[in-house]
Amino acid sequence: MSLDTLRLTAEEALGLLERNEVSGPELHRAYLDAVAERDGELHCYLRTVEDAEGNGVPIALKDVISTKGVETTAGSKILEGYVPVRDATVAARCREAGLPTIGKTNTDEFAMGSSTENSAYGPTRNPWDPSRVPGGSGGGTAAAVSAGLAPWGLGSDTGGSVKQPSALCGNVGLRPTYGTVSRFGVVAFASSLDQIGPVAKNVRDCARLYSIVAGKDACDSTTVDVPAVVLPTDERLDGLRIGVPRELNDAEGIEPGVADAVAKAIALAEELGAEVGECELPRSVDYGLACYYLIAPAEASSNLARYDGVRYGLRVDADSYDALVERTRDAGFGDEPKRRIMLGTYALSAGYYDAYYGQAQKVRTVIIREHAEAFERFDILVSPTSPTVAFELGAKTADPLAMYLSDLLTIPSCMAGLPGLNVPCGLSEGLPIGLQLIGPQLSENTLFRVGHALETALGFDPVPERLR
Amino acid sequence: MAITREEVLHVAKLARLELSEEEIERLTGELSAILEAVSKVSELDLSDVPPTSHPLALVNAWDEDESRPSLELDETFANAPARDGDLFRVPPTV
Repeated sequence: MSLDTLRLTAEEALGLLERNEVSGPELHRAYLDAVAERDGELHCYLRTVEDAEGNGVPIALKDVISTKGVETTAGSKILEGYVPVRDATVAARCREAGLPTIGKTNTDEFAMGSSTENSAYGPTRNPWDPSRVPGGSGGGTAAAVSAGLAPWGLGSDTGGSVKQPSALCGNVGLRPTYGTVSRFGVVAFASSLDQIGPVAKNVRDCARLYSIVAGKDACDSTTVDVPAVVLPTDERLDGLRIGVPRELNDAEGIEPGVADAVAKAIALAEELGAEVGECELPRSVDYGLACYYLIAPAEASSNLARYDGVRYGLRVDADSYDALVERTRDAGFGDEPKRRIMLGTYALSAGYYDAYYGQAQKVRTVIIREHAEAFERFDILVSPTSPTVAFELGAKTADPLAMYLSDLLTIPSCMAGLPGLNVPCGLSEGLPIGLQLIGPQLSENTLFRVGHALETALGFDPVPERLR
Repeated sequence: MAITREEVLHVAKLARLELSEEEIERLTGELSAILEAVSKVSELDLSDVPPTSHPLALVNAWDEDESRPSLELDETFANAPARDGDLFRVPPTV
């Protein structure tokens, strides 16, 4: 049978498999064929897996996720040719669930970036307009799902790397509560922030994939017990209290088209029975970005110390051990990891620790408290996910600070360890706009319920117009 | 908050990065701009606020003290740039 991978949802694919209308290998082949046809232009995948096992719904995995026997580079030259000898826990769970891997998706190097332009292997392009970025760092997974090159996939999110690309590509992405999904075997960026999250065409698929990968793992001592996932069916929002944080919705730099679509989605939620009220996160947004760009680089500088050319990865030979390590790291890391390693090392160095890293940790406490206060009055908070729609390739590469602002609205809740869901809520100039739903810790089921009701009422078509 | 060329060289040494002349020059400017932006955190008086190192209220995660199989040596060395028997080979360290 011929399969329209552009439209096929994971749930529909599961139905085809259960009714024996298609076999697992046929379905996997259909996606590889779509990749062969369309990925030359988009570059979502760094490599495909031709002989993957499993009779379930195929999946795309971001290249920070270790896959046994399949090269895993985290978008970096320093890991070129690195072939893991075991699976990350999330990859193992997909394997146990019978999900064959379609391939490993492109990412900003070490997941550091907001456009996927920092990949050492070249950028990914947005399926809605290939002159624009797909967001980042998980632009490969997000673009693959929107372009019908995967029914669903996994990304990783430190300050917005699942939610923001989903917003820019027009699909559903969840950054789960910190600790709900194992980080074992995932290339580390900033360990107190990193989370693995599912990306899909709709909320039910996203929830289903979350149920496959979430749960306590003996190999990651930061994992917690996770409530059973409920696939959402409700189309009403009666009794739900939605908070609209002023600072997240009026922030400088939010495009008018984005603000309009988000306001309409909030009005629609009210029509569906929700109570909507304004609230404040006075310091979370104002100081969140600065807090993040101290804590995340500090943790990154420590995590990336392991790339020394000794045990695995690139080695540049030299006469002494010190020179070998220094030359290997200079040759292997790209500009953004170097920038963050330098920034983080500085923030942690003697004489500066208290003023930078120590102070940022206190700001983090303030951010956690402000969100907790908002959740005394509201069940969820809403805002745009990204201040802008997808921007042109090259528009922000020369100015690191301008690029960092892409994550202004996703960062505060990440600092607080809270779950966030991106749901597409419209188009501006033909490009997708994302609505961000934020809940208290372990409120994923609420986010799924609200996201499902809203996407049903909004009727957003996730297939890019130019591919229809 | 400007960072000097000497500080960049010092931090590069701590971070084990042998930067090129072009990189040293570029990073001096970029890090100064970024540090100025992130210095915003010092505007707040947070002397009474405790720091957060981790977003979950977890204390200890205990596990049974049991031996489990670890990687085989050949797996451990599978990605090694240079192996010497059961050791990773590196140039002299002193």
